[in-house]
Amino acid sequence: MNFNYSEEQTLLKDSVSRFIQNDYDYETRKKHCAMDGGFDAATWQTFAELGWLCVPFSEEDGGIGGGAVETMIMMEEFGKGLVVEPYVSTVLIAGGLLAKVGNAEQKSEILAGIIDGSRKLALAAVEPQSRFDLFDVQTTATSSAEGYQLNGAKAMVLHGGSADTFIVSARAAGDSRDREGVSLFLVPADSDGIERQDFPTLDGHRAAELTLSNVKVPAAALLGMDGAAVPALESIADEAAVALAAEAVGMMEKLYRETVEYSQNRKQFGVPISAFQALQHRMVDMFTMHEECKSLLLRAVMSHKAGDADFSKNVSALKYAVAVKGQKVAHEAIQIFGGMGMTDEMSVGMYLKRINVINTLFGNGDYHLKRFISLSV
Amino acid sequence: MDIQLTPNDVAFRDEVRAFLKEKLSDRFKRAVVGGYIDKDTIVQWQKILYEKGWIAPSWPTQYGGTGWSITQKFIFENECAEAGAPTLVPFGLKMVGPVIYTFGNEEQKARFLPDILQSNVWWCQGYSEPGAGSDLAALQTRAERDGDDYIVNGQKIWTTYAQHSDWIFCLVRTDGNAKKQEGISFLLIDMNTPGIEVRKIDSIDNQHSLNEVFFDNVKVPVANRIGEENKGWTYAKYLLTHERTAIAGVPQSKRAIERLKQIAAQEISAGKPLIEDEMFCAKLARIEVDLMALEYTELRAIASVADGGAPGPESSILKIRGTEIQQAVAELSVEACGYYAHALGQGVGNDYAAPISTKYLYGRAATIYGGSNEVQKNIIAKMVLGL
Ligand SMILES: Cc1cc2nc3c(=O)[nH]c(=O)nc-3n(C[C@H](O)[C@H](O)[C@H](O)COP(=O)(O)OP(=O)(O)OC[C@H]3O[C@@H](n4cnc5c(N)ncnc54)[C@H](O)[C@@H]3O)c2cc1C
Repeated sequence: MNFNYSEEQTLLKDSVSRFIQNDYDYETRKKHCAMDGGFDAATWQTFAELGWLCVPFSEEDGGIGGGAVETMIMMEEFGKGLVVEPYVSTVLIAGGLLAKVGNAEQKSEILAGIIDGSRKLALAAVEPQSRFDLFDVQTTATSSAEGYQLNGAKAMVLHGGSADTFIVSARAAGDSRDREGVSLFLVPADSDGIERQDFPTLDGHRAAELTLSNVKVPAAALLGMDGAAVPALESIADEAAVALAAEAVGMMEKLYRETVEYSQNRKQFGVPISAFQALQHRMVDMFTMHEECKSLLLRAVMSHKAGDADFSKNVSALKYAVAVKGQKVAHEAIQIFGGMGMTDEMSVGMYLKRINVINTLFGNGDYHLKRFISLSV
Repeated sequence: MDIQLTPNDVAFRDEVRAFLKEKLSDRFKRAVVGGYIDKDTIVQWQKILYEKGWIAPSWPTQYGGTGWSITQKFIFENECAEAGAPTLVPFGLKMVGPVIYTFGNEEQKARFLPDILQSNVWWCQGYSEPGAGSDLAALQTRAERDGDDYIVNGQKIWTTYAQHSDWIFCLVRTDGNAKKQEGISFLLIDMNTPGIEVRKIDSIDNQHSLNEVFFDNVKVPVANRIGEENKGWTYAKYLLTHERTAIAGVPQSKRAIERLKQIAAQEISAGKPLIEDEMFCAKLARIEVDLMALEYTELRAIASVADGGAPGPESSILKIRGTEIQQAVAELSVEACGYYAHALGQGVGNDYAAPISTKYLYGRAATIYGGSNEVQKNIIAKMVLGL
């Protein structure tokens, strides 16, 4: 048994963490949020140059064959820095799906562009009514001689505004909540019939709502097997859930550390407020909640690496715990910061907002607790 | 023991209901549901109450109060909140007004009270400072005597609605050598005086309520001091304990729960309305049970005062549990709204989600201001449990 990082993994962690420390303070992040598309294109190129965009891809796809451990390492550091660049949406989700189910042509056309930073993709799988059920798809795909025609609405497409291509889930057959009959399509963002509304979310990230009216794509746009996309979607959702949970765990670490530091510097009644045991115990609880979530994160990551049948159950345990404890840690941080915690000058409020958004992505606490129960019987 | 209202109280309740039905138009209700209420809307509502003679039920009748019993005041507050009326801005009516009529001189009463009752003048509260939050007595804003004036220098922070205010009531240090509670005076300062600067604080709810207020050689007539020099702390403490009814926010929480149920009936989760989801219902039920306990705790406190007694130890937990419950309802409401609770786009998702989020974020402060919940617990430990 060994929870130590390899030499390469340590280097990766150091490199991301150094970047966050030196080049990504909270003020810089605010500037990135205000830029076109909601992130900094130059920083994205830096990510490419540092080799971070290729980490999860296999060597034959042009990557370095990194796995769940490497993703976890990066995401924890990104969490600490509140990174807004579209790493999860483009690299992990869209890139991950392509790598999983794309054919050789699709991969060679797109993955190289993701890796060199020139292309951005976004998964359009959620719909207004679907909430966390990725099989709940009402957008339709009708096949014709030239290919397919897509109609429907997609919600909360992460970084959809800056994407050049969407991966759209659409129903080729069956009723809206059937697990069968859903297909994926690669759809250029500038296709006729796509309307997108790009908007910021409270955490400073971006998302978009899409409407598709008679959007035509060629037969070659089909990604993966016709009508059999749900397992791939759910598998990428689990991986994304772990990545986002890792981001949240990074934030929880930052939150408890910053709270401890703040409490040591803030004086009231002639003493640092860290002297009050009422607050000490609460900070101990924050620290404990972080350690618990970190353990569940490692548990999920290890089971992914080993290809355990328990992976999904571990993901649900993790995502549930992060939903409850992550939010709790952020609430406690604000409380202990007092009025300062309510300001945008401090980043604690932004951590809360990001943790809350993460809680709604790929299943909230209740969703995962239910899934945990159903996977346990 | 009897929980029924007396026939008189029932008649009073019906009178309040009839008034609200007539005067509380949809415009006001919509503003409340929409989250952030603008100054004009609140002023209009307050003026309606003033015209009815109901703007300041807690004030002595000679200054414009209603002369109601505590039960009637409770009924009134409850009915207003349940009907969805705007919450009154407390700084004039509930904070500085009572200090002025209790400790001010006749001239001050005549000068300030009518404008407070008529909502002609907006007040803000200048107590907290960067170095003086929970430890308010550590405040350092100085007022030095110069003939018939004080010269005020220093800084206040977290000053809610300073940007709208005509006047600020401040605690300032007038004796730097005395024990810290003993060198403080209570000053009323015209916000238009040269040397005052208001700076906005950007807050996590993306609304503008918080400010910093800077004083640079601000000249304040000694005539604007309330009571004696260096006795300000006593007056402020009186003020902090004065307005004790309605601090639990029970009717507001009830309304928020009703709203949450409406939302949960519209939101779809796992293919059916969220309100049919067992886990969601269990969470909601837990909060409702807590609120039921709180409601009766508050009734017990009211009843003991109505009997002519002092509020018992049970009243000390009202603020703590009230704010915790408000926060729990807000958290669950955000959860119910799903993704769209976090979207900032115009017309994205359902229109109810954005105010829910704003309320949730601002609501984190409820356990911080007005004596943080930790400080409240310290007080209970000491005063109630004798620890
Ligand atoms: C939204 C909002 C509106 C406000 N409006 C106004 C206003 O209009 N006018 C005004 O004057 N002020 C206002 N305040 C200020 C408010 O009263 C202070 O924030 C409050 O007194 C806490 O002070 P602080 O923020 O400096 O926190 P601190 O006092 O620094 O407290 C930080 C943390 O330490 C804890 N703590 C402090 N002392 C102890 C102790 N002895 N034991 C255990 N824990 C302790 C606190 O509970 C808190 O969790 C407002 C604040 C907010 C957030």
